Amino acid sequence: MLSPYQGERGEMGIMDKEAVAQVRDTSAWKHHHVLDVDDFSVAEIELVMQTTDAMKEVLARPIKKVPTLRGKTVVTLFYEASTRTRGSFELAAKNLSADVVNMTAQASSISKGESLIDTLNTLEAIGADMIVMRHPLSGAHYCAAPHVKANLINAGDGWHAHPTQALLDLYTIQKHKGTVAGIKITIVGDIKHSRVAHSNIWCLSKMGAKVMLCAPPTLLPAGLDEPAPYFPQAEIETDIEKAVRDADVVMELRLQKERMQSGLLPGLREFIGGYQLNKERLALAKPDAIVMHPGPVNENIELAADVLHGARSVVNEQVANGVAVRMALLYLLAGSKEL
Amino acid sequence: MSDLIIKGGRIIDPAKNVDKVGDILITDGKIKSVGKELSSTLNAEVMEAKGKVVCPGFIDLHCHLRQPGYEQKETIATGTRAAARGGFTTVCCMPNTNPPIDNLPLVEYVKSVAEKEGVVRVLPIGCITRGRKGEELADMVEMAQAGVVGFSDDGSYVKSARLMRRAIEYSLPLGLPIIEHCEDVELAADGVMNEGIIATRLGLCGLPAAAEEVAIARDIILAELTGVRLHIAHVSTRGSVELIRQAKKRGVKVTAEVTPHHLSLTEERVLGYNTNAKVNPPLRTQVDIDALIEGLKDGTIDAIATDHAPHMINDKLCEFGMAASGISGLETALGSLMGLVHQGRLDLTLLVAKLTSEPAKILGKKFGTLAVGSPADMTIFDPDKEWTVDVEKFASKGHNTPLNGEKLKGKVMTTIYGGQIVYREEN
Repeated sequence: MLSPYQGERGEMGIMDKEAVAQVRDTSAWKHHHVLDVDDFSVAEIELVMQTTDAMKEVLARPIKKVPTLRGKTVVTLFYEASTRTRGSFELAAKNLSADVVNMTAQASSISKGESLIDTLNTLEAIGADMIVMRHPLSGAHYCAAPHVKANLINAGDGWHAHPTQALLDLYTIQKHKGTVAGIKITIVGDIKHSRVAHSNIWCLSKMGAKVMLCAPPTLLPAGLDEPAPYFPQAEIETDIEKAVRDADVVMELRLQKERMQSGLLPGLREFIGGYQLNKERLALAKPDAIVMHPGPVNENIELAADVLHGARSVVNEQVANGVAVRMALLYLLAGSKEL
Repeated sequence: MSDLIIKGGRIIDPAKNVDKVGDILITDGKIKSVGKELSSTLNAEVMEAKGKVVCPGFIDLHCHLRQPGYEQKETIATGTRAAARGGFTTVCCMPNTNPPIDNLPLVEYVKSVAEKEGVVRVLPIGCITRGRKGEELADMVEMAQAGVVGFSDDGSYVKSARLMRRAIEYSLPLGLPIIEHCEDVELAADGVMNEGIIATRLGLCGLPAAAEEVAIARDIILAELTGVRLHIAHVSTRGSVELIRQAKKRGVKVTAEVTPHHLSLTEERVLGYNTNAKVNPPLRTQVDIDALIEGLKDGTIDAIATDHAPHMINDKLCEFGMAASGISGLETALGSLMGLVHQGRLDLTLLVAKLTSEPAKILGKKFGTLAVGSPADMTIFDPDKEWTVDVEKFASKGHNTPLNGEKLKGKVMTTIYGGQIVYREEN
């Protein structure tokens, strides 16, 4: 099929010529589905970053809409509650002129015999060209993908992956640091149950960052002492002051309340005492270090309020960049040969 | 019944310490004679077995035939045909059916269906606790009278140590083994695969080796306390092997089994969310496999049992966390295990012992040997025949195996049960 930049009577010409030039060569793009970043090549990740630049340019215009996905239907299917990810995907698709249908399914409707594959095939039958799915069970997308012709985009699966979050985080870091290669990125909090952390560890390691993980031992996943060849190498540090020292980026993760109920933590006070990023701890990082969080933030739990709203926080930028990154992925998927 | 003479095979009969080339004559469903160059009687069918191994029919201490209640997954008819295809002439079926086999009429039911529809010997195992709920004892004496060969709540651990103690004490006069699925419920929690870096990569909740080992340790102590025969099902970790080894050294009456899949496959099979590699206990690591093989060799692990667990396609064609656990294992058991023999990791005669004489000992039964006068239950297999696993050819309704499409070396050619040929490889 034609590249979405061609054959539209130059409509994409409303994009900045330079921006278009940056993404004209999409030959590095290989994916029909976006399930995780662990199988992305460096060239593909760089292409996503370049395409995101072009999308940022679109978003800076008074009329932030381009016709790339005109006549295409994007369905969002969320088995878990979400505000920002879902809204971000919806806006991304609409900015590319897609028709968007939002489907909500209760996590409780997942049961044996009610096949996820059937559900997705039904969405295809009603005309979905792309399906954005969030699912509480790790690997749900991998079970479905071989049976789905529409492009399947993972908006989060269980503890496993959240590839678009990792890509938007990478984009945000690159905007501030130029490159992630060689910089120290400290991820703090519930690493074990965090799909955001997992995808970020893959993505950032692949792009050359030094990743440090900081959590109480109960919130660290198993096997990190000998991760190769199944997982990237990351340094572990349970003491936040050591972990944050000289960091270029500190990323705190959301803490779910149920972690206390399942005996992983005694309570919020000890978590705050040991793992909250506050002003004093942030002062140990590099002077130009940025503070990130995938949201929604439990204010004064993971991040002290003054850090969250302080000058070093890029939490809102992350959200803004999320729309552009998702536009970039939808754009690249629309041009994938198999569509 | 016509006579049958099997000529020129390598006869391996571990119970009698036999490993020699020779002939076997079967008359009236029994082994009539074993020797060199037996002359055939007039009406005897002659079966050439040159280059093949002739051994007692395999005995599976642990399989799931699913009847009653889950006939869509397997029936006694299909399950016993799968057994025959895998060289098994005796299968012990687990009671986690629906309803669970926890009383005399249900044992009678399984036996009568097996009599009518089965093609190999079916020995039922009864529940330890009523409804497998772990709350009160099942009717152990009545079930023993009806012919169960052991007791197990397989699929569930008897969570209460107190009830487990009562169960093993109460069953003491029966002399039957308690077969325990050792898995600490609290430690296992929501685990769906082995705990470790692969579970971390896949974002799946891990099942730690400790969940099995803690449970085994408790039961060994209870066996020691009561003097009852404890049999530990599907041992899967290095630590478990060590616990059992130490217990045996102290003289605790404990026996153990291991499955072909835990001896040959690692957790890496789960990569890509392969639900056909989802099994409980989960596939572990190469370190565990090495320890399990050592355990077989030094006698820590007595027997190999399949834990054949057939499921329907839809039980597996779903999210990993939702998928049923289990591998359809009867028909690939020998081929998988022969892989270890071909790699030089396991001695062929030892392998045959672990599938025949050793499980017979645990059951306290006289079969599992080719001794003259024994029932003519025999397996003839070609140790070198290469074949490709094709689930479409399975006799089992369960096509759930991670081995589909893989080449195995070692194939059952003929299975004889009570003198009758119940399976013959078609070329």
